[in-house]
Amino acid sequence: MTALLTFTVLVLVAIAIWQMTKIFELSQNKTERAEIANDSDNKNNGYLLFAFLVFIYGITIFSFAKYGKTLLPEAASEHGGEYDQLMLVSMGIIFFVQTITQALLHYFGYKYRGQKGRKALFFADNDRLEFIWTIIPVIVLAGLILWGLYTWTNIMDINEDDDPLVVELYAQQFNWTARYSGEDNVLGEANVRLIDIANANILGLDESDPNAEDDIIVKELHLPVGRKVNFKMRSQDVLHSAYMPHFRAQMNCVPGMITQFSFTPTVTTEEMRLNPDVVDKVKRTNAIRAKRAAEGIPNSDPWEFDYVLLCNKICGKSHYNMQMKIIVETEEEYNKWIAEQKTFKESVMVDETEQAFNTEDGVDIELEDTTSEE
Amino acid sequence: MSEVAHASHDDHHDDHGHHHKETFITKYIFSQDHKMISKQYLITGLIMGFIGIAMSLLFRMQLAWPGESFGIFKAVLGKWAPDGVMDADIYLALVTIHGTLMVFFVLTQGLSGTFSNLLIPLQIGARDMASGFMNMISYWMFFVSSVIMIISLFVEAGPAAAGWTIYPPLSALPMAQSGSGMGMTLWLVSMAIFIASSLLGSLNYIVTVINLRTKGMSMTRLPLTIWAFFVTAIIGVVSFPVLLSAALLLIMDRSFGTSFFLSDIFIQGEVLHYQGGSPVLYEHLFWFLGHPEVYIVLLPALGITSEVMSTNARKPIFGYRAMVASILAIAFLSTIVWGHHMFVSGMNPFLGSVFTFTTLLIAIPSAVKAFNYITTLWKGNLQLNPAMLFSIGLVSTFITGGLTGIILGDSTLDINVHDTYFVVAHFHLVMGISALYGMFAGIYHWFPKMFQGRMMNKNLGYVHFWVTAVCAYGVFFPMHFVGMAGVPRRYYENTAFPMFDELTNVQVLMTVFAIIAGLAQLIFVYNFISSIFYGKKGPVNPWGSNTLEWTTPQEHIHGNWPGEIPHVYRWAYDYSKTYENGEYIIAGQDFVPQNVPLQENEEELNH
Repeated sequence: MTALLTFTVLVLVAIAIWQMTKIFELSQNKTERAEIANDSDNKNNGYLLFAFLVFIYGITIFSFAKYGKTLLPEAASEHGGEYDQLMLVSMGIIFFVQTITQALLHYFGYKYRGQKGRKALFFADNDRLEFIWTIIPVIVLAGLILWGLYTWTNIMDINEDDDPLVVELYAQQFNWTARYSGEDNVLGEANVRLIDIANANILGLDESDPNAEDDIIVKELHLPVGRKVNFKMRSQDVLHSAYMPHFRAQMNCVPGMITQFSFTPTVTTEEMRLNPDVVDKVKRTNAIRAKRAAEGIPNSDPWEFDYVLLCNKICGKSHYNMQMKIIVETEEEYNKWIAEQKTFKESVMVDETEQAFNTEDGVDIELEDTTSEE
Repeated sequence: MSEVAHASHDDHHDDHGHHHKETFITKYIFSQDHKMISKQYLITGLIMGFIGIAMSLLFRMQLAWPGESFGIFKAVLGKWAPDGVMDADIYLALVTIHGTLMVFFVLTQGLSGTFSNLLIPLQIGARDMASGFMNMISYWMFFVSSVIMIISLFVEAGPAAAGWTIYPPLSALPMAQSGSGMGMTLWLVSMAIFIASSLLGSLNYIVTVINLRTKGMSMTRLPLTIWAFFVTAIIGVVSFPVLLSAALLLIMDRSFGTSFFLSDIFIQGEVLHYQGGSPVLYEHLFWFLGHPEVYIVLLPALGITSEVMSTNARKPIFGYRAMVASILAIAFLSTIVWGHHMFVSGMNPFLGSVFTFTTLLIAIPSAVKAFNYITTLWKGNLQLNPAMLFSIGLVSTFITGGLTGIILGDSTLDINVHDTYFVVAHFHLVMGISALYGMFAGIYHWFPKMFQGRMMNKNLGYVHFWVTAVCAYGVFFPMHFVGMAGVPRRYYENTAFPMFDELTNVQVLMTVFAIIAGLAQLIFVYNFISSIFYGKKGPVNPWGSNTLEWTTPQEHIHGNWPGEIPHVYRWAYDYSKTYENGEYIIAGQDFVPQNVPLQENEEELNH
């Protein structure tokens, strides 16, 4: 009896041990697979993928609602209208594709989240499908390319038709100077080697070039509305970029090279200030600035809208504050303003002939020496 | 371990290189084993990434709260943040070094160096790289260049600050910017060594893929990862030497008075002697590498995604041949689109037209890839492991960021968004975030292969992914609007223009998201380090993958396979393949590894 009892106990213990090792094995097995996604991970993350799709749409809508109004107002130049239209169409295409592809991607991620026993479809190839989604981008992009290139060629075709105003934009660390070509509408020759700070020949104009005599050097850019302006850009030190966002215009200023851009301003500063978008923007901005003023923070005076020229190529420490005001005005206002400005001959060459009337060659060198000593 | 392993495969393999006794130094430091080198790349890359991301958080704080004083600025930047207010020069330096570190050190060598080294031998069935020694030299040159780059942060006049593109004359003239002195010299030296490292690595990858494939591993049976690494290496060999020449010429201009890139310069009251050079020439040379570089960064990420997505969808990658063709097309086109960075540089507008054309062409293979990924998910049995989520995330950001490329690649539309935050948003999404996601996907997926079968914690992985995914969009989606409003990039603060006042709160939003995203990466760091030591060991083939690396033992051995190298009988994507009657090829298993011979009645479908 005791033997039987002992035997039973032994068998039971054996079974228990066997079962326990089995359980241990099973649990071991489980921990081994612990870091691999299981059905509940698939389920949770599948739902999250769907939620993420909602998030992407949400942030898109939020950004448009909240920041859509901060974008630049309508273009103030002739080619700018075309630019805006191409941008609008391109953006339309982009958002259409974005909405659909993100939906498919995340919806599939949610819909086909893994489940034990589910069989995936062995689907390796389909020539027709691939052809379709190759040819559609080809067609759409061909359209965009053609339209874009047509516009580009027009914008970049800088010619002398329609009596353009010729203006030089001159960049240096960290400010802009503009030079008008004067009555002859031809810019005088210039080179950095002719710069003579002491004599205020800051742009290095060639004084022996008669075209330079009537050039007008200013620190504020005035443009008559409706007249084409051909800009010639120069830089005296590092790369800069003349960026006039309201006119959809930009061109780098490269030392050793004259670059060009041309546009026709179509909206005067006064008119732009009355543009409802701009009025709203000014109102919002001044609310922010008033708040700042109340807190005693500097740089919080009320703002009045003005076109602006920015530097848009990293150029050193004060790159962030390299700007020039642009004023677009009527032909009469412009003529009145330009008549008030001094020509190069009046402002520089006169002084110089007084200072050194008989030594033509020695002047520059002597003066340069004195400057470097300072 | 190595001896035992070697003895058993001696009859088959004649590589006698791994007989010597391993010391700590040969095993962990001057190792010639591709698996160890890959880990060295990864960890160096992650450290550089940590620094790069930390820098971005600093300058994002400056953008959101311009001119504000922060204790952290004072602590980290020292004399560059008097009273805790960030200096304008150091802002530019941070932007510059952030770009350099992320593009070159993290996403080129950190990503491609890690996974090319790990996967090329393992997935093609090779004992090691063609030249283990060259591989070691490549890593150590990368290490030296990293150290020099870090040293450059501490020089007296500050690190390089001319933007990661270091356009001369700004980068050439110490009078133009304090960072263009010693800091820029070290930057150039570091990059020259980096390029040599990258070339050595790339040549090795190319030779290995061409010569050391195991029996049966034809080019059309290569996993897409290998195709991506292979083509990436080719692009690198074609384009990196051009950057080296640009760097050398710039060094000449800076130190030896030549005028390759400089002409007609008047600065600080004097005319410099330079005459006849052209900064535009530098831009051409730089972008001749610079643009292919984008694909050097992106293609490995896409290759990893292809592999991870197919494995976890339990489905073959859709359109294998189209994927290979688009990799090749992208590679070819990538070398002839560089001019789209220069539409308004002053180069001939006709050139701009040509580059618009080629640039928009490259959208076609990219679109094909995106559609193929989406179709790969369709009717799958998606195992949503962290690596899979990062892969899906990659496709998402690749689409979002890629689409805005249509705007920037169009010379007309580029005029007004060139060098604005629109560009910053575009390339961060399409190349920065996408490539980072690819890198994370690779790390989560191949972590067990790197660290003896240990796996990363999946729940921490999920938290890492979701926080990162939300924050990435949170930072870069609103950023497009800032760019469309005309805000230029690389501005120390936007307060000099009242027209940008109302955009400051967007900057605050972006910065908050960026800081959260940065903190989320700490979860990854913790997960990564703790899993190396305490990660749970998973099965030999944890993801049920077909490729050869999972046929090797978890313990690392020299020569990878203890016995013969497996032969290959099929492509890498026989997931959920069935007989006509709907039964899996191997009963009860939804994948057929590449080393399993074709079964009776089984058709070799596909490719």
